[in-house]
Amino acid sequence: MEEIIISTIQRTMVAGTPLLLATTGEIICERAGILNLGVEGVMAVGAVTAFIVTMTTGHPWLGVLAAMAAGFAVSLIHAFTSVTLQANQVVSGLALTMLGLGLSGMMGKPYVGRPLAIKMDDLAIPLLSDLPWIGKALFYQSPFLYLAIVLAIAAWFFLERTRMGIQIRSTGENPKATETQGINVSLIRYACVLMGGVFSALAGAHLSISYSSSWVEGMTAGRGWIAIALTIFALWNPGRAIFASFIFGGIFVLQYLLQPLGISPNFLAMLPYLSTLVILLAISFRDPRRLNAPAWLGAAYKRGER
Amino acid sequence: MIRITTSDRYNITPLRSFMTNVVALGAGIVAISFIFLASGVNPLYAVSQIFIESFGSVYGIKETITKAIPLILIGAGLTLAFRAKFWNIGAEGQLLMGAIFATWTAQHLGSALPSAVIVPLIFTAGFIGGALWGIIPAILKIKYAINEVITTLMLNYICAEFLTMLIVGPWKGKTRFGFPGTDALPDAAILGVLPGSRIHYATLILAIVCSVGLCILIYKTRFGYEARVVGENPDAGKYAGIDFLRTSLILMAISGGLAGFAGVGEVAGIHHYLGYPASVSSGYGFTAIIVAWLAKLNPLFAIVSGLFFAGIIVGGDAIQISLGLPAATVEIVNGLLLIFLIMGDYFLHNKIQVRSSRA
Repeated sequence: MEEIIISTIQRTMVAGTPLLLATTGEIICERAGILNLGVEGVMAVGAVTAFIVTMTTGHPWLGVLAAMAAGFAVSLIHAFTSVTLQANQVVSGLALTMLGLGLSGMMGKPYVGRPLAIKMDDLAIPLLSDLPWIGKALFYQSPFLYLAIVLAIAAWFFLERTRMGIQIRSTGENPKATETQGINVSLIRYACVLMGGVFSALAGAHLSISYSSSWVEGMTAGRGWIAIALTIFALWNPGRAIFASFIFGGIFVLQYLLQPLGISPNFLAMLPYLSTLVILLAISFRDPRRLNAPAWLGAAYKRGER
Repeated sequence: MIRITTSDRYNITPLRSFMTNVVALGAGIVAISFIFLASGVNPLYAVSQIFIESFGSVYGIKETITKAIPLILIGAGLTLAFRAKFWNIGAEGQLLMGAIFATWTAQHLGSALPSAVIVPLIFTAGFIGGALWGIIPAILKIKYAINEVITTLMLNYICAEFLTMLIVGPWKGKTRFGFPGTDALPDAAILGVLPGSRIHYATLILAIVCSVGLCILIYKTRFGYEARVVGENPDAGKYAGIDFLRTSLILMAISGGLAGFAGVGEVAGIHHYLGYPASVSSGYGFTAIIVAWLAKLNPLFAIVSGLFFAGIIVGGDAIQISLGLPAATVEIVNGLLLIFLIMGDYFLHNKIQVRSSRA
């Protein structure tokens, strides 16, 4: 029993890690008023880049860096179309996802079925990992888990407590007013889209070099879309995103826990998506006004426009 | 010193709009060439081969039309939804739901009824299936302010798992030798094809009729006007007394229902049984998004752009085999073309002037 509980917590944390990374990135991006539906595609590019670089160099951390650079590069497309060209953000994000999934499939084709010799090792935090019960479950984990939590807290602090955070939030709420303060709205939006892309790519890297240590086409499996839903669930707050992501991590793990009870595996595979709908509905039922999206989310901003 | 200024362009003629798309597609193909180059393939050969395989032979044209049928149906439906700024990304699930409803109807009534009765019945069932899957997100959006992009997408995944659940479980056929999938549909429910092709003409006719009908609906009726107002100016819409819920339900019922038609065509016209989701649809729901965008949200143009993207699928599949490219190639082509199409929109709506100003 004890082992089942420990392994459940452990797997919940693992499943929640990519969700937290991607959600934090999307929150930063959306707080600046840009909706990026390209998360799934950027994640896939990050996953394949991290995998290829780790395999060829033998250094997982080089893979992480390469994934971040790749996430930055492909997100530049969305930043350019949605900020500079004021294009429709929904369509631009979808295009990015198509492109990202396609590119990852093409880049990764020669690597399908080749496992990684050196994957990212789990990291035991001294002392804490010796704790009974939770020690092994929480403190002997992938470095990505610690990174995700640290980055989420840092993002919360950055957005809520710093001057630049205020500028980002006011860009999402009222870019006109922000610009009259002498702040460069476009620059902030660019930076936030690119930052979001780097986070999404990290989420992908976790999947391919830490979680599974192999590349499978389509391995992101809709996690990018769930991250976009989690952004709403977390009400655009990276602090809440921590809880939201691990609740969803738990739902992913539930699939494996319930399967021995004879429930259809396909029904269980539906659970994350079904729960996404149910949870969004639950938030909306409690108080629709709490779905307090940044006022200018998804709207293009044209400089100097009244 | 060179100064670049932009100003809004108001007089957008159909010709300018068409030419912008042509230039954008051209630029997109140049970008794709670099991807081919990077993967060690002669881009001139690859790009020309895509179009030769799809439009250069009678066989190619037949296959292109076959694949264009679902793209036109779904793409036309999406033009209506997108006009109302309802971002229906769920055509994939709506197609599958149409296929599920059609299969059930065919299996339960197909052996007892003549073809002339059962075929209209399965199309009706498919439409209802797709429409139901389309109006759920409409209700969630209008009643509960839940983002339709997320709901339509989640419903895609849910429907795909549901379909798989059916074909490995209660609907698993006795003639499939243990493989997932239903038994073949009864003969009366199988759609006729043009001799020597896979073109199920009933669905092709339906696709063209629907495109024309939607065109009339959008441009000539009060409902079409309301749908456009809902998208372009929600505040004015509320002031003018437009019932948002009713308008959204109708337009998503149509959009989803047309995707349902496409599902009927794939099951009753191509496969003749219900199999895995990926084989029923092969991503038509997503490709149709680009079809609608290239058509500039005009359902009539969706016929042309549906044919164009069907050609890319057919040609892409062919060069994938002959040049040893991965299956993802078509996705890259689609993604890049869509990016260039939206970039083109900028140059359509903005006048760019480059002037050299004296210092």
